[in-house]
Amino acid sequence: MNATTTLVYDGSFNGFLTSVFVAFDEKINVADIQKNNQSQNGLFSETETVFTHVEKAKRVWNGIRNKSHNAISNVYFAFLSETEGVEMMLYTYIQKLMRTQNGKYLDYSDSTVLHIAQLAKKVGREKHRMEAFVRFQLTKDEIYFANIEPDFDVLPLISKHFRDRYADQKWLIYDVKRKYGIYYDLDHVEMVSLNLKDIHHNKTVKSDAFAPEEYEYQTLWNDYFKSTNIASRINPKLHTQHVPKRYWKYLSEKKEAV
Amino acid sequence: MNFDRIREKLNILADAAKYDVSCASSGSTRTNQNKGLGNASKMGICHTYTADGRCVSLLKILLTNHCIFDCAYCVTRKSNDVPRAAFKVQEVVDLTINFYRRNYIEGLFLSSGIFKSPDHTMERLVSVAKKLREEENFNGYIHLKSIPGASDELMYEAGLYADRLSVNIEVPTISGLKLLAPDKKHEDFTKPMEKVKNEIVRYQSEHKVIKNIPKYAPAGQSTQMIVGASGESDKDIMYSATYYYKTYNMKRVYYSGYVPVTHDARLPAIGSQVPMLRENRLYQTDWLLRFYGFSVGEILNNQHPNLDMDVDPKLSWALRNLHHFPVNVNTADKRLLARIPGVGMQSVDKIVKARKFRKLNWDHLKKIGVALNRAQYFMVCESRLWERRDLDADKIKGMILQNSTGKFRNQYSTQLSLFN
Ligand code: SF4
Repeated sequence: MNATTTLVYDGSFNGFLTSVFVAFDEKINVADIQKNNQSQNGLFSETETVFTHVEKAKRVWNGIRNKSHNAISNVYFAFLSETEGVEMMLYTYIQKLMRTQNGKYLDYSDSTVLHIAQLAKKVGREKHRMEAFVRFQLTKDEIYFANIEPDFDVLPLISKHFRDRYADQKWLIYDVKRKYGIYYDLDHVEMVSLNLKDIHHNKTVKSDAFAPEEYEYQTLWNDYFKSTNIASRINPKLHTQHVPKRYWKYLSEKKEAV
Repeated sequence: MNFDRIREKLNILADAAKYDVSCASSGSTRTNQNKGLGNASKMGICHTYTADGRCVSLLKILLTNHCIFDCAYCVTRKSNDVPRAAFKVQEVVDLTINFYRRNYIEGLFLSSGIFKSPDHTMERLVSVAKKLREEENFNGYIHLKSIPGASDELMYEAGLYADRLSVNIEVPTISGLKLLAPDKKHEDFTKPMEKVKNEIVRYQSEHKVIKNIPKYAPAGQSTQMIVGASGESDKDIMYSATYYYKTYNMKRVYYSGYVPVTHDARLPAIGSQVPMLRENRLYQTDWLLRFYGFSVGEILNNQHPNLDMDVDPKLSWALRNLHHFPVNVNTADKRLLARIPGVGMQSVDKIVKARKFRKLNWDHLKKIGVALNRAQYFMVCESRLWERRDLDADKIKGMILQNSTGKFRNQYSTQLSLFN
């Protein structure tokens, strides 16, 4: 039996791609690929730490992309799902992809392909939801500020959307769960790590961090939301299906419901 | 800004606008220019959903609910005793910009009661859009309601600033229109539609030659019909819709189950059920016509003037046309695959891709996402099991209804439970 190795990487996407590169390059019999803060040794496998190497990561990225654009986005999205064990699944997926001759690997009857596609889809849905559910609040220093708490790590995916849309205002979107944010300063978007203590939920209590008219607009929006409802058509089940309750605490139109 | 006064106006003018069902913010591609504010994407985004489950993506308001006309089905009509209000042009601009900056909305949907005259009103609507584009450098979505009877010049200008224009036909038949909207003539609707269509066509042909001419209504035009207010059949409605799609290149026709809002002997009484299931069936039909290659006469005709309420229109068609089935999923072309109940367009794509690798059996199809509880009666695949060969339409329908949970029974779903 060949010895198997567990690759340990730093948790970043580039780190993961580097691991894939190393595995292919050194023809390693991979037992698992794990993030360094949660690595556990398998009983019979060696551990090798992989250092993130952007050039190597890029080669893997390009390799996948050259096979299929669809696959590269599936890989990235599925990775951001942070699902336990997703790395090995992706590794298998990439192996299969590299072995196929006809370019595109879209055999949906294959369970790995299907599973990755499903994960990617879930993350895609969360991305879309966050593009919808971010609610900016204008701070006194003229930054439009929003908290989010997504199930998956979607900040990297929504950055472009917000940069393209809000090019003339400073904004900051903060992921409460992962304790980092993306900040746009009218020129670039940067990742910023913050540890905010005062998380501004939609409390009815006002915070003086925000511009005085901020709460006026929230009230108007709240009113507007109420008046869009047609009482004779009410359907709470459908409503929560579209706006799951876990998002409510950051939605200004749901202020009173929280 | 006097927020209390704005608040009052918003409450009145949003309330009166909510019966317009169009809320789409899709179909336009306006990019953010010169570091301005906003963009409009092909997809559009729903930012929240009403308590009745409809998408909210635009600030949908009336400029005013004063109206000189008296259409029976409308809350804003002259003879209705309701509080009236009117926004100033700048107030609408400020609201839109501030809502947009907070990521509440994709843009503005501005409609209006007719005060003074159609042109007078249309001019105000246009000036809101113009201000947003030219003074605020706003690239978000703008949908303007064309006021029936507005002049060609104003329609032309409106299209330069708006992404979409619509004029709601509301009543699907001309006789119904006479009865319920005595102040309006059929031409009042069709003339602006015609103008917009021609301008779009002209824009598209000129755009081929000159790249940087200003966009004209890039998301096209749409219209809306009220369902269940004037006794028309589903066939009447869908034939009208087809006519508007073809004649005026409509992007969308919306169907709005009539919500009784006024006491009027010509209309269903206040408190009558809103025909939501019927509305849903009409949307499903519309979908089949636009994306599944069905023609309207296949689904609705003199023998079958109304849609079935217990099954969706595709299943209903299949049950009436069993001779087209079973379809072999491993060999049939896309057009036929798309006609199998329980197989949506996404599944069609996946089937076509997957069957290059192997012949598909029930298991594969299930994984792909085909709704086998319906589809199994209409297809054969790589499996000898196709036991229902001898069933007739009634039996099949009975079995499907028995085995389906909720989907067909959920009478109050306003959402399109499409044919996945
Ligand atoms: S013209 Fe328009 S706003 Fe006026 S009553 Fe008729 S439908 Fe209502």
